[in-house]
Amino acid sequence: MQLTVGPTQFFWRGEAWRDFYARLADEAPVDRVVLGELVCSKRLPFYQTEIPQAVERLQAAGKQVVLTSLALITLKRERKLMADLADMGLEVEINDLTALAYLPKGTAFSVGPLINTYNEGTAAWMHKRGAARICLPPELPLASVRAITAASLAPVEVWGWGRLPLAISGRCYHARLHDRTKDNCQFICDADPDGREVETLDGQDFLAVNGVQTLSAACANAAYQVPALRDAGVSSLRLSPQSEGFAELCGDFRALLDGRITAGELSQRALPHAPGGTYCDGFLTGDTGAAWSQAGRESA
Amino acid sequence: MPPTSAPIPLAPRPLALGLRALPLFPLAAPLSLLMRRLIAAHPGLITRLGAHGSCRFAIDPIDLPLVLLLQPEVERITVHRRPPPDADTRIAGPLAALLGLVHGTWDGDALFFSRDLVIEGDTGAALALRNAIDDAELDLAAEIAALSGPMRGRLEPLIALAERVTHLPLRRAEGV
Amino acid sequence: MELVCPAGTPAALRSAVAAGAHTVYCGYADDTNARNFPGLNFSREEMEQAIAHAHAQGAKVLVAINTFPRAGDAAPWHAAIAHAAAAGADAVILADTGLLAHVAEHHPGLRRHLSVQAAAANPDAINFYAEAFGVKRVVLPRVLSVQEITAINREIDVETEVFVFGGLCVMAEGRCSLSSYATGLSPNMNGVCSPASHVSYDEEGGELAARLGGFTIHRSGRDEPAPYPTLCKGCFTSRERTGYVFEDPSSLDASQLIPQLSKAGVSALKIEGRQRSRAYVSQVVRAFRAATDALEAGRPIPPGTLSALTEGQSATTGAYAKTWR
Repeated sequence: MQLTVGPTQFFWRGEAWRDFYARLADEAPVDRVVLGELVCSKRLPFYQTEIPQAVERLQAAGKQVVLTSLALITLKRERKLMADLADMGLEVEINDLTALAYLPKGTAFSVGPLINTYNEGTAAWMHKRGAARICLPPELPLASVRAITAASLAPVEVWGWGRLPLAISGRCYHARLHDRTKDNCQFICDADPDGREVETLDGQDFLAVNGVQTLSAACANAAYQVPALRDAGVSSLRLSPQSEGFAELCGDFRALLDGRITAGELSQRALPHAPGGTYCDGFLTGDTGAAWSQAGRESA
Repeated sequence: MPPTSAPIPLAPRPLALGLRALPLFPLAAPLSLLMRRLIAAHPGLITRLGAHGSCRFAIDPIDLPLVLLLQPEVERITVHRRPPPDADTRIAGPLAALLGLVHGTWDGDALFFSRDLVIEGDTGAALALRNAIDDAELDLAAEIAALSGPMRGRLEPLIALAERVTHLPLRRAEGV
Repeated sequence: MELVCPAGTPAALRSAVAAGAHTVYCGYADDTNARNFPGLNFSREEMEQAIAHAHAQGAKVLVAINTFPRAGDAAPWHAAIAHAAAAGADAVILADTGLLAHVAEHHPGLRRHLSVQAAAANPDAINFYAEAFGVKRVVLPRVLSVQEITAINREIDVETEVFVFGGLCVMAEGRCSLSSYATGLSPNMNGVCSPASHVSYDEEGGELAARLGGFTIHRSGRDEPAPYPTLCKGCFTSRERTGYVFEDPSSLDASQLIPQLSKAGVSALKIEGRQRSRAYVSQVVRAFRAATDALEAGRPIPPGTLSALTEGQSATTGAYAKTWR
């Protein structure tokens, strides 16, 4: 099973962004890295000039580099960005179908987790259009993962780690929490490098906001599901970046896949840096997405 | 249809007082008969309830001294004093709101948003009942009049009069 | 301007038609449509009768088959499409790419509308759906401003339909898993958002606590309006701030924007609320038909009278005004 690092969902400015990808290139035993701006086009100018160097360094380290599209494309400027993306000479991961319009037919691309690939019919259509890899939406239960993987001609990837992308909106919640509008956000989402927690009125950890995106408060961790995912024919796991301890986490997942550590060991080691400090893996086998298969067990 | 901003009228006091003084058990048989008739005439009531048909629904008109317990699957209505009997879901509100819901006079969600209607317990069951009744386009006055056989001709004008006097939505709303 | 009205039951469909709906949209009583609520929707027989009734009154019927087929089990969705085609539906409203491809291939004569659940939010995406699957109309996501809608219509050849009244999604539709995160059931897979089966109301110390899947979504005092615990309209805490983090519990009323939407090139106005009663349908449709008639006659739009029907009993023009963001 391979490891793919998804695009960072958060807003990290120039230096932090550069350091993250430099460490990733040098230290993380992963096969593929998807980078670029997923959530908000306003963030891109703050690290755009760092991208070519990061691509070069990652490629030199033997990793495949893929560029992501935005998750929600509305503005003219954003459509132009998608056209530029298609001209960069790297594989593109689409996370809004809009990006497809800019990819010449026959160009290989990958399908990201924010595209609604809910069934084998959609997977087949994507493959016919040129999809070389499909990362499924995190919401899908294991039975669906199994059915799609069995039928798909393109290799299938599943969300393995990180706060879950639950929703995307035209409205910026970070700006709203600071009584600002999106147009006058003053880039406040950079204050929360792993998202800003949202609790219920009874103090339950629930969600996290990240600009126009809403994430789970808990960190998804598919470590315990690896045997089932392998059995289903899943070919790679997606690890979503976090601000601390991410290269180590990639190493731990590599060790888990190679059978050198257990899911319990991984979960214990990774917990201190896991955003939110709690785990969930319920979309795959639980009653709800927020459920954690190890709840009440010692290793959790 | 009355303007939606109009307040929900309360049941007339003599009705509430009368029900407090009288025994309730004689009401159960005619109400169950009415329910059986409604279900026979509107089979959609049961199919729309689906698995919720086996639920016990407490219908609680808060301005009357009684609570109805509906058991659709066994086609039975029983009448109780408060506290309300054990049920899967309780739908409470002024009699007018409950009748208006049946007759398409008011929108259930709107009554709920304004807190004129309170739902406790199995919200899904309450929703299924609300939707089933809404689709059946019931007219309780017409059904009761039909049940009364030869008295029908005399009952209908009385119901119309009662509606005017009490402002309770006793008949199906027109044009809905 | 075409008025597209909701019907959760055959009775509501008849009410909508009687109140002046040009078009009614509805769905089958299963998880093939995005309002799969208890007690709602149409059996096969009811759908046939409803379409016949609407057609006899000069109204159209659009059948929403707008969830995403379950992996390994697309048969119910394909059967729903085949039935809608045979029953004479004027169009089907679809969201799933695979299903669009299926209809384009197997029912090429059946008119295809793109559901808001597909969240096609710009001309490129819309043109893509038009070219790839022959989509004739797109229901625009509720995240766009009037200005953006105008710009979109300049760059596309297909019709656009926009929401003007009812429950407001804050998130891009069809791209939200908040509901399944809390309850296991989602709009995309199960046709439900914040499902009633997972709602509980508890009286606690003079307050009414509304919970969804065990998560507290709202608390209201004795005389405050009680919103349904829809996740994105809940009251939450983020550090020092407590409030409606995502959206206030209000609903959309864009009736006063109808002339602007018409100028923006919009073909049809959509009213949300298949889960609402026939009383709601008839009252809202009547008000909006008066508004579209006023538009055609060049008269000003009559002032709104529908606030009691809206959630939180307050209304917003939503994303149509850019400051909403």
